[in-house]
Amino acid sequence: MKLIHYTHNHPGLTAWSPFNRLATWADLFETAFETGHGAWAPPLDLLDRGGHLEVRLELAGMKREDFDITLEDDTLTIAGRREVSNAVRNERPGGSFSRSVTLPSPVESAQATASYENGVLTIRLPKTEAAKPRRITVGNN
Amino acid sequence: MSHEPATNPDARTTTPAATVHSTTDGWTLELEMPGVPRDAVEISCHDDMLTVIGRRPATTEEPAPLHAEIDHSDYQRAFRLDPAIDAAAITASMEQGLLTLVLPKAEAAKPRKVAVA
Repeated sequence: MKLIHYTHNHPGLTAWSPFNRLATWADLFETAFETGHGAWAPPLDLLDRGGHLEVRLELAGMKREDFDITLEDDTLTIAGRREVSNAVRNERPGGSFSRSVTLPSPVESAQATASYENGVLTIRLPKTEAAKPRRITVGNN
Repeated sequence: MSHEPATNPDARTTTPAATVHSTTDGWTLELEMPGVPRDAVEISCHDDMLTVIGRRPATTEEPAPLHAEIDHSDYQRAFRLDPAIDAAAITASMEQGLLTLVLPKAEAAKPRKVAVA
């Protein structure tokens, strides 16, 4: 998936025109053909398991090395590409995909792990000590 | 082979996305069933109906997701087989949630070359 960049051919022109907000034809074609069937987004779940966050992405028929997982500040991005060959009938989307999720709490990025099993990518992100839940007992006065 | 309509009478199951490839020996059918282990796939053939069921393992106690897009219901889909398919010779394999079924044509239905005597 790619963001369509709006072009401003007439930066001096102040009058509003709907055509100024149209993407160029090249951008539209690039977006349309990149995935073959338009943009696609494999479904994603985010769970807070107390000590760690868990992100799950369902995507059948990939190889482990086909995933590109990056963590930048509080944004986790999972990108990849799946080739789908020509078929008599095809319902399986193919091409490039990218999913991003904003993590609700700080994580120890160096201790993050990922596994891919039965077509489900699971990313485990341990929270920083400060972000972990802690029980506070009421003291005696 | 033809597809049954993608409607599902059982609301608790979801219809897996499918791809059909045509080969010289028959057809290859791919079904996407992420979350289903190899041993939780049931494939049955009755008359000309091929039914595929994929069961997700029962989830252990887990917190309510902060964000949820994944449909955690089981998969089910039926296909009407072309009469040329040899149902007894159908084979299946499962790799990372992708079920691949090889549906060979019966020997009698395969194209053959006839040499001119």
